Amino acid sequence: MGLIARAIEAAGVPTLSMSSARDITRSAWPTRSVYLDYPLGHTAGRPNERELNASIMRDTLSAFESLSEPGAMAHLDYRWSDNDDWKDKVFALVEPSESAGGSSQYDDDRVARHETPQYQDQDDHAAAALTHDSEECLVCAGIDY
Amino acid sequence: MPTTPQRRQPPVDYIPRITAQYSGLGYGEYRWLESEDAPNWAPLSKPLSESKLGLICTGGIYVAGQTAFHFKDDTSYRAIPTDVDTSDLRATHFAYDLTDARKDINVVFPIEQLRSMIDENALGSVSPNAYTLMGGIYSTRRVVEELIPALVDRVLADEVDVVLLVPV
Repeated sequence: MGLIARAIEAAGVPTLSMSSARDITRSAWPTRSVYLDYPLGHTAGRPNERELNASIMRDTLSAFESLSEPGAMAHLDYRWSDNDDWKDKVFALVEPSESAGGSSQYDDDRVARHETPQYQDQDDHAAAALTHDSEECLVCAGIDY
Repeated sequence: MPTTPQRRQPPVDYIPRITAQYSGLGYGEYRWLESEDAPNWAPLSKPLSESKLGLICTGGIYVAGQTAFHFKDDTSYRAIPTDVDTSDLRATHFAYDLTDARKDINVVFPIEQLRSMIDENALGSVSPNAYTLMGGIYSTRRVVEELIPALVDRVLADEVDVVLLVPV
């Protein structure tokens, strides 16, 4: 996403990138960014907390006008919980002695990299087939299969 | 009884953790983007309260009726009407826990928050279409050659004043 931000900025449009992975965003180095110290999958807030999420957005957008150096990052003052135990668990190394047989060091809770569309609901699959059969969909751009 | 907040830990360093996990799983090496030059700077042309905002999100979000993303270097994108009913939005992805995004898509696609900002006069408007991507694309070349030119064209055609990017 950092590359996209940089390209849009180079085309003359000001950008602001939200981030919950500070080191990844720093490495990509977009023009303006705000860091929110939440677990991945919550870049813009917490589920069903409208007021909190609006507050986060208010603070985020204010960075458009407060950041003045290319590449600057603002830190937002929100905390996921009263303790930071969640940080110990993300992409955590499992000691070989703790895993079965001592062979696999890592837990992989991700899913395989399929090359076919992955629908959340099977009904969506049927709905997509319908719109594409009738050539209504003009907004699934660059589909490469 | 409320618990006493504990001292904060520093931000998670994802690059070493994810790199170690990927290599432990036998995946090819993921080359993290390291920009060497300072980014360009485009100044705001007007106050945010008068600005039209473009929104670009990764995280595999689509509207029911669109083709879903796939999980292997998907460089396509979707245009999401920003007046969408959020109950029609879906998310599928290989690399993050989707539980909360499926409870409330605004945690990764902050459209209700942006509507609130317009109501508060903190923001002028949101562009009629947002763009969503998959992310996690191994091929930087394909991002640079295929995805970025298409998105830049869209952003310029939309005549937005600012762009907000929300990666997962």
